[in-house]
Amino acid sequence: MAKYKMHVLVCGGTGCHASQSDLLLDNLKTIVADKGLDNEVQVIATGCFGFCEKGPIVKIMPDNTFYTQVTPEDAREIIEEHLIKGRKVNRLLYVDPENQEHIADSKHMGFYKKQLRIALRNCGFIDPENIDEYIARDGYEAMAKCLTEMTPQQVIDIMKKSGLRGRGGGGFPTGLKWEITNRSVSDIKYVVCNADEGDPGAFMDRSILEGDPHSVIEAMAICGYCIGGEHGLVYIRAEYPLAINRLKIAIEQAREYGLLGKNILGSDFSFDIELRYGAGAFVCGEETALIHSMEGLRGEPTVKPPFPSVSGYFEKPTNVNNVETFANVPVIINKGAEWFSSIGSEKSKGTKVFALAGKINNVGLIEVPMGTTLREVIYEIGGGIKDGKKFKAVQTGGPSGGCLTEKHLDVPIDYDNLIASGSMMGSGGMIVMDEDDCMVSVAKFYLDFTVEESCGKCSPCRIGNKRLYEILDKITQGKGTRDDIDRLRNLSTVIKDTALCGLGQTSPNPVLSTIDNFWDEYIEHVTDKKCRSGQCKALLQYFIDAENCVGCTACARNCPVNAIAGERKGIHVIDQTTCIKCGACMEKCKFNAVYIK
Amino acid sequence: MGQVKSLADLRKIKENQQGKMSLREKSNNPESLVQVRVAMATCGIASGAKQVMDFFIEEFDKRNIQAVVTQTGCMGYCFAEPTVEVTLPGKEPVVFGYVDAKKADDIIEKYVKNGELVEGIIPVNYETIEKK
Repeated sequence: MAKYKMHVLVCGGTGCHASQSDLLLDNLKTIVADKGLDNEVQVIATGCFGFCEKGPIVKIMPDNTFYTQVTPEDAREIIEEHLIKGRKVNRLLYVDPENQEHIADSKHMGFYKKQLRIALRNCGFIDPENIDEYIARDGYEAMAKCLTEMTPQQVIDIMKKSGLRGRGGGGFPTGLKWEITNRSVSDIKYVVCNADEGDPGAFMDRSILEGDPHSVIEAMAICGYCIGGEHGLVYIRAEYPLAINRLKIAIEQAREYGLLGKNILGSDFSFDIELRYGAGAFVCGEETALIHSMEGLRGEPTVKPPFPSVSGYFEKPTNVNNVETFANVPVIINKGAEWFSSIGSEKSKGTKVFALAGKINNVGLIEVPMGTTLREVIYEIGGGIKDGKKFKAVQTGGPSGGCLTEKHLDVPIDYDNLIASGSMMGSGGMIVMDEDDCMVSVAKFYLDFTVEESCGKCSPCRIGNKRLYEILDKITQGKGTRDDIDRLRNLSTVIKDTALCGLGQTSPNPVLSTIDNFWDEYIEHVTDKKCRSGQCKALLQYFIDAENCVGCTACARNCPVNAIAGERKGIHVIDQTTCIKCGACMEKCKFNAVYIK
Repeated sequence: MGQVKSLADLRKIKENQQGKMSLREKSNNPESLVQVRVAMATCGIASGAKQVMDFFIEEFDKRNIQAVVTQTGCMGYCFAEPTVEVTLPGKEPVVFGYVDAKKADDIIEKYVKNGELVEGIIPVNYETIEKK
């Protein structure tokens, strides 16, 4: 048997995969075999390490060396230098942005220091396509414990005591949901895993399914045992081919081991899982719409109650939980409710995975205890704002959430604090904005998304959001008035109060929260017709500086609408009413005489 | 692959696989374990460092000592190859020279188990950048 001295872990998440980590993996394997090291060095693909900014990632153990941005061509150097001669390849090590030093050990990277990984415990550590590696990390032990030693009610009590709340955004207590489904009387009940991750910029569920699919399978089986259901369904978007593939492999392996199927572990409990593909509609993340989509109907939400726990998939009691919620379950059973509830804040227990994106240095996936402040997440883990710019806001909760500003930086992040600050947890996307972002445009961007994704069933959402978008567009075109801001507010409130489902009820949030937090910017847009970040092109005005203009006529010759007048060797002037703000004059001027105001 | 019929079956797979993955588990907190670094440059390998490293890995396993064995580059003591640096938890690293299987056995039995020093220690009288 091979006695491995070294393990080479290559990230096989979607991000790194896109930067050729599959080719890198092949190269490493081939060269290791060529050098006759295949009995000493084990090369495996793992799930996401989270540090997507610098992918592809390669980690070498036992010395914990963390290589970043590794190309397929680097494979030879890593093997010849590091594996054979024991010399680390310095140029591939992570460089500390603060002091420009190379950091070899991931434990010393700011990105990992503050993190606590529960849901992501196996991501980047095990080979997701090998069930044995999952079992070695206490995999399926929680399920075995539940089936052999506990009654469904005892398991539900643990879940309730742990304080775990739904990680998909709503934050409904998981144990309570299981209990309600358990109490519903029916011959058939369903466990559904919601893997329809639709927030722009969020990818935590995808990474869990890619990096640790068995944790979700195990948790679904535990849930099935608790509610008294034998059927599991994963609703996953078809845009996640890698996650689908790994999940399929994992389900197959679990069946071969008899960990899914009839009479699991000799008990009288049977459970199996099937996949259902979504076409990528945002509204299908809403549980009633998701269930309709699985039934083969249009992905439209219906009024609750009845809740799915009472009447869901084909009118049978259905327990819908999100991927990340499920990933927490096995650990809670193994380590106990007290352990879990000791982590986090008063009303939000455990950890939360966040996807950092936008103008932040360390784009990637992180997991921190609830109650960590925004400042710690953005500056210590995220490494601060790109290019040393000034932080302006962070959008949490995606298109349903709101933005948080500098004054919220020291608020501990949990479900309730985020709502109190005018935003929400959502699935955990965090989009960071800097001084160059115009907040009216940001609100418009999210409205554009919801208008596109609205299913059209109820008028507040279908028509109301469209009107919101039009008003925002008018403001960014410089044609807005003070009344428009009031109109935005009124309409937003009406949509929130009257829309049918979560999508419509939350879609005005980005508008309201940007108005509340960036009132000045809205006023500037409508009264001064100015956009301080320069993003609203229509609000810019081009001028020619009389001091610098030499009268070369380059600008006038290149102006497509003949808006520039002036004699040769005389000062030129732009006619603001004709100017279309294309910027051609600025580009052509060799004397820096054209400026924007 | 056989079916898993009971918790005992599951534990069996777990133990079997854990052995293969212990290398990864251990490297998450090497400070709390015995760390052995074997100098594996050309000179070290030529004098038998590879065999010494294998010996350490196998013997730690057999004698049930939690340790991390890694290879490193040339330590500069080419006259005394193979050289091995041993760090016990919470102690300063000690470098041993002329390590063969017999000396390695001595190091495990005397130094690692009881903290007794073994002949052949190379005094470290330089400073590294890290210490400054």
